[in-house]
Amino acid sequence: MSQPTLEIRFTVNRKRVRVQVPARLTLADCLRHELRLTGTHLGCEHGVCGACTVIVNGEAVRSCLMLAVQAEGAEIVTVEGLSNDEALTPLQASFRKHGALQCGFCTPGMITTAHALLSEEPDCDADRVREVLSGNLCRCTGYIPIVEAVLDARAAYRKSRGD
Amino acid sequence: MKLPPFDYACPASLAEAISLLASHEGEAKVIAGGQSLMPMMAYRLATPSLLVDLRKLPGLDRIEIGSKEIRIGAKVRWRDILDSADLRKAHPLVVEAIGHVAHYQIRNRGTVGGSLAHADPAAEMPGIAVACDALIEIVGKAGARVVRADAFFMSALTTVLQSDEIITHVRLPAWPAARRWGFEEFARRRGDFALGAVAVFYDEDGLARAKDVHIGVIGASNRPRRIREAEAILNGRGVTEALIVEAGRAVSAAVDPPDDIHASAAYRRALAGTLTERALMRAVGGAK
Repeated sequence: MSQPTLEIRFTVNRKRVRVQVPARLTLADCLRHELRLTGTHLGCEHGVCGACTVIVNGEAVRSCLMLAVQAEGAEIVTVEGLSNDEALTPLQASFRKHGALQCGFCTPGMITTAHALLSEEPDCDADRVREVLSGNLCRCTGYIPIVEAVLDARAAYRKSRGD
Repeated sequence: MKLPPFDYACPASLAEAISLLASHEGEAKVIAGGQSLMPMMAYRLATPSLLVDLRKLPGLDRIEIGSKEIRIGAKVRWRDILDSADLRKAHPLVVEAIGHVAHYQIRNRGTVGGSLAHADPAAEMPGIAVACDALIEIVGKAGARVVRADAFFMSALTTVLQSDEIITHVRLPAWPAARRWGFEEFARRRGDFALGAVAVFYDEDGLARAKDVHIGVIGASNRPRRIREAEAILNGRGVTEALIVEAGRAVSAAVDPPDDIHASAAYRRALAGTLTERALMRAVGGAK
């Protein structure tokens, strides 16, 4: 069945993009299929698992619960935008140090969620980290090393704030 | 699952949005944050032929705090409520309750109007609206109307909202600073749907007797409800531990909870009573 498409423009990882999409396409599928940014993972496709979390205008959002057409004009950051080619970022390094990933399926959602949290609240406590990560399912590593990794990365975010 | 196909419109005015809804005779749905509607569509529980996106509509994203009432725009997100220090002072109950809504990412997109329209019997915002005797402002093809929250919710996922109508605001009566209140919710995991929650508040007369007691319960009937039988036990009396137990029992007796895979009806009935007791204990202990 052919569907009418709409043209939308937005920014992904600081790059301006233009895509032609059917209205029913989620932002998650748009990122993965149209823009080949497959770092964003899709688990449940109905807003339960958190694996598809991306950052929209500075805020963590589930990209399976947002239409691509609703991203018109937005600034989006995916997990690809939170890495650099030279070295691990402090958050990535902290995940490695604490063994905070095993199969890696939930990791992009964990990283984007933690980045959004620490960018806004670099002084958050363990309880807040647990509360925020309760929206991201992990079924192999377990949460203890993930919470530790996020807490350990706070110092880097405080530094970038200028403390 | 992928969403079923639909057409999409993003009108720039309320009038245009309403005329789009009216022209599709019940086949169109409003989308704002989409945090309830998108899962409904993924499950084919909703298959609208047209989605009318409210994101370009101006003026529905404000929290206005007045001396007589607090007016919250339909597009205000959970995050906006939690971030508002003024609202926390002006109406601590609504902020406390919204802190229990879903997860971090959902709270960045979910809206007040969306939750009211969705009318999940376990949702916090409809519960607070009913507990506080809120007024819901609606605009449709026939014009504007204001509906009391207890007359707005008819049953699970069912409201008096017509297919061409849009919720624009919810108005909560102003909150006296000395008011005693408590909110207690229980869910299996943080952010999950509540198995039950209870909001209580009352003012005190010069002799420390409770007056104008409100007890609102969610998750224990097919819609949010005030439990008048329990309120009557406390009205005009000093709130003692014995009365609190009595009020909890009255709530348990009055609710009509569902029996499903998440919890039995008997469990939810007992839970509603226990949460009532805990919320009243908090109210007696003073504002947090």
